[in-house]
Amino acid sequence: MKRFILTTLSVIAFSGLAFAVEPQEARQASMKQVGGAIGLLSGMAKGEAPFDAAAAQAAFATMNTVAKGYVDLFPVGSETGFETEAAPAIWSSMDDFKAKVAKFEADTGAAAAMTFADAAAVGAAIGPVAANCGDCHQLYRVKK
Amino acid sequence: MRKTVATFSRHALVRWALGLALVGAGFGLFITRPLPLSEAEIAALPAGNSVNGETVFWAGGCASCHSTPKSEGDAHLVLAGGLELKTDFGTFVAPNISASTRHGIGAWSIGDFSSAMLKGVSPQGEHYYPSFPYGSYARMTGQDIADLYAFMKTLPASENIPAENQLSFPFNIRATVGGWKLLFFNTDPYVAIDTSNQILARGQYLVEGPGHCGECHTPRNLIGGLKSDAWLSGAKNPDGEGRIPNITPGAKDVSAWSAADLVAYFETGFTPDFDSVGGSMVSVQKNLSKLPKADLEAIAAYLKAIPAKDDGA
Repeated sequence: MKRFILTTLSVIAFSGLAFAVEPQEARQASMKQVGGAIGLLSGMAKGEAPFDAAAAQAAFATMNTVAKGYVDLFPVGSETGFETEAAPAIWSSMDDFKAKVAKFEADTGAAAAMTFADAAAVGAAIGPVAANCGDCHQLYRVKK
Repeated sequence: MRKTVATFSRHALVRWALGLALVGAGFGLFITRPLPLSEAEIAALPAGNSVNGETVFWAGGCASCHSTPKSEGDAHLVLAGGLELKTDFGTFVAPNISASTRHGIGAWSIGDFSSAMLKGVSPQGEHYYPSFPYGSYARMTGQDIADLYAFMKTLPASENIPAENQLSFPFNIRATVGGWKLLFFNTDPYVAIDTSNQILARGQYLVEGPGHCGECHTPRNLIGGLKSDAWLSGAKNPDGEGRIPNITPGAKDVSAWSAADLVAYFETGFTPDFDSVGGSMVSVQKNLSKLPKADLEAIAAYLKAIPAKDDGA
């Protein structure tokens, strides 16, 4: 099971890279990776998937990796196209956007450094990480 | 002689027309004048309970517009105003509704407060613009209004003075709101559902009343009236770019969510495939996450029971 989860995560991670042709597509793939990781963790926390400490750590690490390179996926010129839902505010408030991504990186890094004893501990670690999603999307994502 | 008569008649006609127009305008202003709650209605309001008032406060989403923009935690309970809503009619600025007696609503009586919430009329006897969603709040019970009043009395005061609205003509003439009310302001249910089902009835109350979901999720006509035949079918974002999604059973994606998926989204902000809440819904979802689970289930049940609609325009 552990191997299955790890393999799945790596496949998701690599497919993200493999299709990273345009920045718009790369950031969409990155966000899908984050969604996949949150899904795996929340399934574990709710007892819908078996508890697996290493897989939980790996999922937080996946999000941390996304966070590290994320602001580089917003070069000038990638404001539109490829069904992007990136808000123009990203480019007009780039410093704040970077600060939000930095916080996501710090929070996911802290969670990835934890050793989880049980599913409840995973659940407790999700909250602070997941709060980043809405806080950033409130200002910087536009639903089309 | 003939010519004189004709001239005279023309003058008379013009005078008559002007006179009629004035009478008509006066009559129009009269029938669209701001009417607060009556003394009897105010006297009939029950005593407030601030504990339930807090639930009403989150259900009503008051802080989402009235707290200091971008505030969090305890600061989010300081209803200092100042948030700008940039709409097709101009920029509305959320007023200070903190407990300040000078710059907030601390000096308001329960009658002032309930006339604002249920009639859209200020203590000075003027119409409020419907950007303050009294068009929805008017469906609230007197008990919930009294409870909310009691709760808001417990919140801190702020002496902030927000900027004035910047509206375009003719919307900058407050009296025009009277015409809007005449056309669109009522307390009729937006959809016919089985209200003998307590859960659906509660869901309808929360969505159509305090939750004021339709204010963004229902498309509007040119003069700002909700298109009630396209209830909750999604609309252009009234305050910025992008779209507010269709949340009826006719929606492309949301229709596939189960009632449990909807409740999980209200609680966590994550969709069934772990996409996250965004835009102005982030603040709404945070409010929803503070409601009792039974209320979230009622909202979900209602959203599953309303008529399916194609995406609104």
